[in-house]
Amino acid sequence: MATIWDADEAKSSRSSSRESAYIVPAVARPVTSRSRRRLGPGPAIPFGLQIGPALLVLLWVGGSALGWIDPRILSAPWTVVEAFGRLIEQGRLQDNFVTSATRALLGLSIGLVIGTILAVTAGLSRIGEALIDGPVQIKRAIPTLALIPLLILWFGIGEGMKVTTIALAVIIPIYIHTHNALRGIDSRYVELAETLRMSQKDFIFQVVLPGALPGFLLGLRFAVTLCWVSLVVVEQINATSGLGYMIDLARNYGQTDVILVGLVVYVLLGLVSDGLVRLLERRVLSWRRTLAN
Amino acid sequence: MAPHSSQLKSASRAVHVRNLVRRFATKTILDRVDLDIAEGEFVALLGRSGSGKSTFLKALAGLDHDVQGTGTLETPENLSVVFQDARLLPWRTVIQNVTLGLPGAAGQEAGRKALAEVGLEGREAAWPNQLSGGEQQRVALARSLVRQPSLLLADEPFGALDALTRLKMHYLLRELCARHRPAVLLVTHDVDEAISLADRILVLDEGHLIEDLRIDLPTPRDHGDPRFAKIRTQLLSRLGVETPGRRAA
Repeated sequence: MATIWDADEAKSSRSSSRESAYIVPAVARPVTSRSRRRLGPGPAIPFGLQIGPALLVLLWVGGSALGWIDPRILSAPWTVVEAFGRLIEQGRLQDNFVTSATRALLGLSIGLVIGTILAVTAGLSRIGEALIDGPVQIKRAIPTLALIPLLILWFGIGEGMKVTTIALAVIIPIYIHTHNALRGIDSRYVELAETLRMSQKDFIFQVVLPGALPGFLLGLRFAVTLCWVSLVVVEQINATSGLGYMIDLARNYGQTDVILVGLVVYVLLGLVSDGLVRLLERRVLSWRRTLAN
Repeated sequence: MAPHSSQLKSASRAVHVRNLVRRFATKTILDRVDLDIAEGEFVALLGRSGSGKSTFLKALAGLDHDVQGTGTLETPENLSVVFQDARLLPWRTVIQNVTLGLPGAAGQEAGRKALAEVGLEGREAAWPNQLSGGEQQRVALARSLVRQPSLLLADEPFGALDALTRLKMHYLLRELCARHRPAVLLVTHDVDEAISLADRILVLDEGHLIEDLRIDLPTPRDHGDPRFAKIRTQLLSRLGVETPGRRAA
C-alpha cells in the first residue's frame, strides 16, 4: 500500500510541478498583465441614491442659515417645519389632504377600470380594436389639460370635473400598456388554450389577464404619477379645497413655507404610491422573480 | 377555411382521414392523404423538414384555422396535443398548468395523480421556470394525460431535449401509453425514436404518405437487434439518406 501511495504522490507532485512550469512564464510576462481601461460605470457606491438629495437639503440648510437664500424666495427648512406643525394644528393640512386623496383615488380607480376594459376589448376582438384603438390614440394626442375648459363647461367646476379629468388622464397609460402586453402574448399559448378546449372565461382569466399583467402594472406606475399631476392641475385651476388649492392660496399671500409643505407632501405621495405599485408588482409577479435568481 | 374535424362514426378507429388536402397560397402541403389509426395504436410519422408533418398534425388537432383545404377528417372529441416546447404558462404553478380549465376538486385530484405518474410528485407548487427542460416536458405529458385522451398528438415532443433525457422520456411515454392506451400519432424526425416506440411507422414526403410500415419487434426494443438495423436502413432510404445507418458495436 505504502509504495502505491508514494507512487501516486510522486506522480501528482510531478504533474503539479509541470503545471507550474506552464504558469510561471505567463505571469512573468508583463505585457499580458496590463489591465484594460474600464468603460463601464464600476461597482455601486453605498447609499448612492441618497447622496444627491442629501446634498440638496444640506445646501438648503446651509444657504438659509448663512443668509444666502432670501426667505421670500425660499423659506428656511425650519420655517417649513414650523408651517407643517401649524397647518396640522389648524387641521388644514389633513382636511386638504383627505380631499385631494379622495379625488385622486376615485379618478384613478375609474380610469383603471375603464382603461383595462377598453384594452381587453380591443385586444381580444378585431371589432373592438377597430372601434376603440383609434379614438384612444386621438385622445392620447390631446393633452388632458387642454380638455379642462371643455370639461368645465360640461361638468361645472365641482368634483365631477376633477375626477373626470384625472380618470381621462389615467386611462391612456393603462390602455396603452395593457393593450400592448395583450397583443404581445405568445400565440402558442392561444393554440394551447384551443387544444385544451378552454372556455372563453378561462382563456381570459388564466391566459390573457395574467399574461398582460406585467404590462398593466407598468401602465399603473405611469398612471399613478399622472394621477397626482392631474390632481395638482385641476386643484390649482379651479378649487376651493385640496392640496393644490392650499398651495395656490399660499402663492397669493407669498407664503413660500406653505407652498413648500404642499410640495413635500406631493413628493411623499408620489414616492409612497410608486413604492406601493412596485411592492404589488413583486407580489403578483413572483413567478418572474425566479428568473432573476 | 379547412373543414372542421367531425366526431368519429366508427368506434374502433381513432383517426379516419380521406383525401386530405392542405394548401398554403399556391403550394400544396398535403396532397390527398388517407390514413386510419386504430384505437390504442402507436403510430410514428417520419418526414424531412418541409414534408408537411406539422401541417398534418395541426390539421388533426384542428389548429389550422386559416389554412385552405378539403377532405374528410374524423378525430375523437377528447384529443390532446404535446408540443415540441412544453408550453407551460409561466404565470401558473405546475399543478395549475396541469389542471388548466378542469373544474373543481376532482380536477385537482386527477392533476396530482397525473403529476405523480410522470414522477413529479411534490413539485405541484413550483413555477415552470424552476424546472429543467425534461421536467417541463413531463408536466406537459401530465397535462395531456389528465384529460384521458383517446388520441394523443405529439409534435416532436422530445426534439428540444438532450439525448439522455430523451431516452428517459421514451421509457416514460411507452409506460404511460401501455397503461392508458390512447391512440398516438408521434411526429418525429428521429428514426430510432420512431422504431423504438411505434407499432407502425409512416413516412411523409412532399405531401404524400410514401411508407406505411408495421413494426413487429418485441418491446423493449434493442437498438443492436439486426432487425432494428434493417428497418432503420429501410426507413432512412425512404427519407433520402442512402448511407446504411449501421451502428458501431
